[in-house]
Amino acid sequence: MMLAQQETNLPPTISIKNLSIDYKAKRGQVQAVRNISFEVDRGEAMALIGESGSGKTTIGLGVVGLLPPTAKIRQGEIIYRRAADGKIVDEIDVLKLNPQQIRQFRWKECAMVFQGALNAFNPVLRISDQFADTASAHNALRGMALKERATEILHMVRLDADRVWRSYPHELSGGMRQRVLIALSLLLEPQLIIMDEPTTALDVLTQRNIMDVLKDLRKNLNFSLIFISHDLSLAAELADKVSTVYAGKIVELGDVYTVFRNPYHPYTIGLIHAVPTLAGRKEDLTSIPGSPPDLINMPTGCKFHPRCPLADDQCKTQEPDLEEIGKGHRVACWKWQTARETLKRFKAS
Amino acid sequence: MTSPLLELNHVSRTFMVKKQQIKAVDDVSFSLGTGEVLCLVGESGCGKTTTGKIIAGLLSPSSGKIFFKGNDISTLSKDQHNAYRLGVQMIHQDPYASLNPTQTIFEILATPLRYHKLVKTDKECRDRVLSLLELVDLTPPDDFVEKYPHQLSGGQRQRVSIARSLTVNPSFLVADEAVSMVDVSIRISLLRTLSHLKDELGLSVLFITHDLALAKYFAWDGRIGVMYLGRMVELSPAPFLVDHPQHPYTQVLLSAIPEADPDITRKKQSLQLRSMDVPSLLRLPSGCSFHPRCPRFAGQLCQEQIPSLTSFYDGSAVACHLVMDDRKKDVIKA
Amino acid sequence: MDAISTIFKEIWKTLRLIAMNKMGLLGFIMIIFFILMSFVGPYVVAPDLQAHVKEINQGPSVKHPLGTDFQGKDNLVQIVHGGRDILTIAFLAGLMTTFIAVLVGSFSAFFGGMVDTVLMEITNFWITIPKFPILVIVASTAKLTNLWLLALLLAMLSWGGFARQVRSQILSLKKREYVEAAQLLNLGPLHIIFREMLPNMMPFIATSLIFAMTSAIYSQTSLVFLGLVPFSGSNWGIMLSSAFAKGALYQKDAIWSVIAPVGAIALFQLSLVWFSRSLEEVFNPRLRSGV
Repeated sequence: MMLAQQETNLPPTISIKNLSIDYKAKRGQVQAVRNISFEVDRGEAMALIGESGSGKTTIGLGVVGLLPPTAKIRQGEIIYRRAADGKIVDEIDVLKLNPQQIRQFRWKECAMVFQGALNAFNPVLRISDQFADTASAHNALRGMALKERATEILHMVRLDADRVWRSYPHELSGGMRQRVLIALSLLLEPQLIIMDEPTTALDVLTQRNIMDVLKDLRKNLNFSLIFISHDLSLAAELADKVSTVYAGKIVELGDVYTVFRNPYHPYTIGLIHAVPTLAGRKEDLTSIPGSPPDLINMPTGCKFHPRCPLADDQCKTQEPDLEEIGKGHRVACWKWQTARETLKRFKAS
Repeated sequence: MTSPLLELNHVSRTFMVKKQQIKAVDDVSFSLGTGEVLCLVGESGCGKTTTGKIIAGLLSPSSGKIFFKGNDISTLSKDQHNAYRLGVQMIHQDPYASLNPTQTIFEILATPLRYHKLVKTDKECRDRVLSLLELVDLTPPDDFVEKYPHQLSGGQRQRVSIARSLTVNPSFLVADEAVSMVDVSIRISLLRTLSHLKDELGLSVLFITHDLALAKYFAWDGRIGVMYLGRMVELSPAPFLVDHPQHPYTQVLLSAIPEADPDITRKKQSLQLRSMDVPSLLRLPSGCSFHPRCPRFAGQLCQEQIPSLTSFYDGSAVACHLVMDDRKKDVIKA
Repeated sequence: MDAISTIFKEIWKTLRLIAMNKMGLLGFIMIIFFILMSFVGPYVVAPDLQAHVKEINQGPSVKHPLGTDFQGKDNLVQIVHGGRDILTIAFLAGLMTTFIAVLVGSFSAFFGGMVDTVLMEITNFWITIPKFPILVIVASTAKLTNLWLLALLLAMLSWGGFARQVRSQILSLKKREYVEAAQLLNLGPLHIIFREMLPNMMPFIATSLIFAMTSAIYSQTSLVFLGLVPFSGSNWGIMLSSAFAKGALYQKDAIWSVIAPVGAIALFQLSLVWFSRSLEEVFNPRLRSGV
């Protein structure tokens, strides 16, 4: 507890500043990430929520240096800070690392868990070999020490360590594989973990199990977490902070309770009302008109304006920046002050 | 009494996998009237998609009977069978795979119209295509007719899929996870369109989904059926089933679903299963197939006897020995 | 008028798509060159019918860019005059091979069951029998003076492998959701095969056509070389055969009489293979409609 107290005073584990990433496509430049800035504190979980093509996965890939060759980082910095014994011992600009250094950084400092756990494993290697490979690539644990550490973390993700250790990936169920992958990401005790749709394509009960595992892990281990999802309920359950991403830009960022109770950006408001809940009434649901934007031919001004009932001339010509509207609550919208009221009236009419 | 539009009577379907029998659908019975909605809900491998394919005529049942407009479909004449085939259409899950990439939207919609001689002239064909596009809210339709599927968004493609299924004037739609691959922000509008069509054209809809919240919303005036390992375990009016789940599996499922509201979801108590292992369809447990995981497991009876789906006076139906025991008085005797 | 302008637009679009792959464009240009040379060339370049005793087996020179043969005839002139039959038969045989393969493969895969078993057993049997000897026997007993007949014979021998490839493609297309939707709409097997499935296999079919053409060229020149097809007029196979028969193997000077036809065949084959690289782009509806 003392440790946690001290650590809250430390600077964030990761600070992303003005990050912009483009892709080269046959039709032209895809502006996948546009001038994004955010921070994740020690032990904090940040959820990036957005629809397919919003650029949320690209942010994650950028942090761990796994962008495809067609991607280009136009600007920005990603500062990672390692803490030990209550103080910062290392500060790294991830974008300045050479390929050798980034391989060391990945997994040791920052691990990424992808969706679709089957593809992440080499099908002809036992789980034990997958652990050994990861460890030896970083000159870390080997032999008995490796097995002990692996057993410990496999227990943490609620797996029967002895059985899993000898298995091949195909012998495990989807949920088990996803948990092995989470365990593997914890192997070298990274201080930042990025999870991209960690429970998508899993059944409800398996998803519940993984969420419970993640909650446990966050309680027991002090890592920072960025998780990327299109599923609002996952963010509602697991995150401390939420960022809504639209057309490559964060349009609203804040504490999870604040964002869900008092959203200000019309897109966040729309998204929350577009997801049916078990407790909800039929009338509560509304959908957002139009389609997600074409990232090559983006609209002018605010990228959400073609789908926004509030849009006026300013929205069509000028793009709003994130603006602090409350403690830790930032919104990028010209109309944030009246958005919720107007939308309510709009719906009623 | 008029017969329902579609009736499944003890339908089962087995597949042979590596010389072993797998019961994908086991003794499923229900009926659906004109304009009614039924949502089939369950986890992967529960048999909901197989059930949908059996109804659409893509698979034939291994045993049991299916009645369409009162006629047993295995005894239909060629013409009648043709009418049944066209009468039940299906909307697929993947909007990126369900439209032929080499055809324009016009060709996709005009083909069935011309093939079945539902239009006489080119002019009539074009008018019908345009009105179909309008029907599924792709407006103005002239913007879409000459486009190829890849030029449309996922939601728009799914609308074209719906329009295509409507070309042959069906009376029954099977929608298999029809919105799960579409962006969150446009799911509701797609469902609204589907609901609207159902009301306007008097369609019956079998909506297959893994999302109970979505099912509750779509089947608000209809029913939800919960399937587990090939069997129907609970079949009740939609909001009632979600608000008052009776079968232990339904209860577990509902308690496990996270809600998109931090205030609700963090207070939710999830029911613990006795085992996390999902039984293999190759070695189904004896008796009630949920018994090895069931939090209310009550010994011998559950292990030995398969509970049958029992209807109660309040309109719900549950396949569980314990619920049957609790509600003996409410059971509708056949 | 409108129809003509659409046709020109389509041609222009196709050319642009071909140009998206540099090697494909090069192959395309070379094919056009070979076609022009073989079909227009003979009207421009006078045939070299007379023997020139003083100019036997010469190397390349300004007067004879590809040297001369054992009779002193110009090799280049003979190349120009000897392409027509080769190209025509290659194209016809390629077309026929592809046609048979598509028919057998798609029916087999689409209908499955007994149809599949019977068609595939025939195909397997056909693939396993040694074909070139049969070709030799047939060619030596029958008079293969007709181009169509020779093309048909070549096609009959090479459809087996392609048919099996078509079958596996159709089997995978059969599982696509749009094919399932077409079945639900009761659109009938012929419509589903020819309108829903084949258009999605066009890159594959066109590539098959090209490879069927290349294999037809080999079989054809081999037959001519072995003297099993009557020598009529001039073609690259006959040039090669004569060069060998007149001792090119022993006479260093005669090497150009071998290089010229071999080079022509190899270059034409190469241009076909290179061109096949552009086919993916040409038949891609995404690129065609120019997003």
